[in-house]
Amino acid sequence: MSSTPQAPSARARLQVCGLHKRYGTVTALAGVDLRIDAGEFVALLGPNGAGKSTLYQILSGLFHADQGDVRLCGHAVSRAPTRALAHLGLVFQEPTLDLDLSVAANLSFHAGLHGLGRARARRRIREELERAGLWEQRRTRCRALSGGNRRKVELARALLHEPDVLALDECTVGLDVASRADIIEHVRALCRDRGVAVLWATHLVDEAEGAQRIVVLHRGRVLAEGDAAALTRAGGASSLSEAFLALTDQRRSPAGSPA
Amino acid sequence: MSAARAWRALMAVARREIVRFSQQRARLLSAVVRPSLWLLVFAPGFAGLAAVSSGPPYQGVALTYQAYIVPGLLGMVLLFNGMQSSLSMVYDREMGIMRLLLTAPLPRWYLLLCKLAAGTLLSVLQAYAFLIVCWLAGVGLPWVGWLSVLPALLLGGLMLGAMGLLLSVYVRQLENFAGAMNFVIFPMFFLSTALYPLAVKTAHHASVIAWLARINPFEYAVTLIRFALYGQVDGPAALAVAGCLAVFFALAVLGYDPQRGMVRRIRR
Repeated sequence: MSSTPQAPSARARLQVCGLHKRYGTVTALAGVDLRIDAGEFVALLGPNGAGKSTLYQILSGLFHADQGDVRLCGHAVSRAPTRALAHLGLVFQEPTLDLDLSVAANLSFHAGLHGLGRARARRRIREELERAGLWEQRRTRCRALSGGNRRKVELARALLHEPDVLALDECTVGLDVASRADIIEHVRALCRDRGVAVLWATHLVDEAEGAQRIVVLHRGRVLAEGDAAALTRAGGASSLSEAFLALTDQRRSPAGSPA
Repeated sequence: MSAARAWRALMAVARREIVRFSQQRARLLSAVVRPSLWLLVFAPGFAGLAAVSSGPPYQGVALTYQAYIVPGLLGMVLLFNGMQSSLSMVYDREMGIMRLLLTAPLPRWYLLLCKLAAGTLLSVLQAYAFLIVCWLAGVGLPWVGWLSVLPALLLGGLMLGAMGLLLSVYVRQLENFAGAMNFVIFPMFFLSTALYPLAVKTAHHASVIAWLARINPFEYAVTLIRFALYGQVDGPAALAVAGCLAVFFALAVLGYDPQRGMVRRIRR
């Protein structure tokens, strides 16, 4: 076992311990710790290039960390990826639908990859599409869907295997206000009603505002953590967005800081 | 990974490949038309020029030139579809589906094996579609060959599909597929006994061509199919094809390892 700053906790759904990652000379993550329990909605707030995408790539097993580890429901992604990933639902920043297949075909493809049996897959696809209001469009090719509906299909897909952890990476980019609100509301309900642990990465302060906990990531480090009121106080500001700017600007000062 | 999970994943990948293939009418058509042109247009004209051998596996068989090139054309069907699997991987990468595949709770080698198995299934179906054309065209092939050729088609299809997978690690964009055709498909096809026996080639050219054919994996697939079509097994060819399959697949799995080339590229 590697030495980790925090011992694995039984209640934690997602636990990130001392995560480091470098690309050549660029440090993407410089020791990130993060823990999300069941039913928690945690916003990962950071400007572009803060290390959010790198964190997602490591927690989804696409990359290995140089140091530290990520546990999903107690299973380390680096050592037991198949067991860990079974607990994870992902919505990527980039679109990942097969546009030439129907909505239902995209979903059953995913259900198969996650080992859902035929009956369960059918029931889950119906439940998720009805919840997303897209059941009538199940035979539509994804190419014919609007951007907002494509995202809703991807969210429905990420939920098919009833994951304990849902990780969304800037998933509202390019969506109109109504679609954005729909998706946020749906994800909040998942935390509340089903106890899903949610990691919601964004660079938009207003999306983070209502989160139970906001983690501010900047230059690969966690700068601050807390709810909107606590962060506003910590930044000595009158609003979260001012606090966010103040917090991240501190490290941008020309005097320079150790990266 | 339980057997049930493994089976469901395989079915999901295979179903998607089949649906996508059936949506592409042109691909379906060209898979049959391409070898048929060689069989029906090229072969009759070339028949008088090529002295085809009556050595193994043809002893005691009245061999026509058309019958001689059928194994090579079956190999061509497998080769083209193997390259198509490569194309399908590149497409998945561009569409983002690769992320979905690589973050599924399955070992990476198994996912690649599913892709390979699904592609090979399509290869073999296309090979049989072409055998029906051969039969309609009146090419005399032994009936037992329809069955005994199946293992050879499967093994050859897997090997050439694995070669396609390996290639997909390095082919970055869909546009580069034309290049792959010129640099992979045609040299492999011509530097083999697909169109005429190697003995004819070596008579005119330096031994370079014979040597190139000997290191050409496609050549062994064609030989394997040629013997299997007459109910015989060519041991060395079978070993060579199986060996190439193992090497190509292992290299492809390495290529799709996180940290290495491939995943880096999907970050774009």
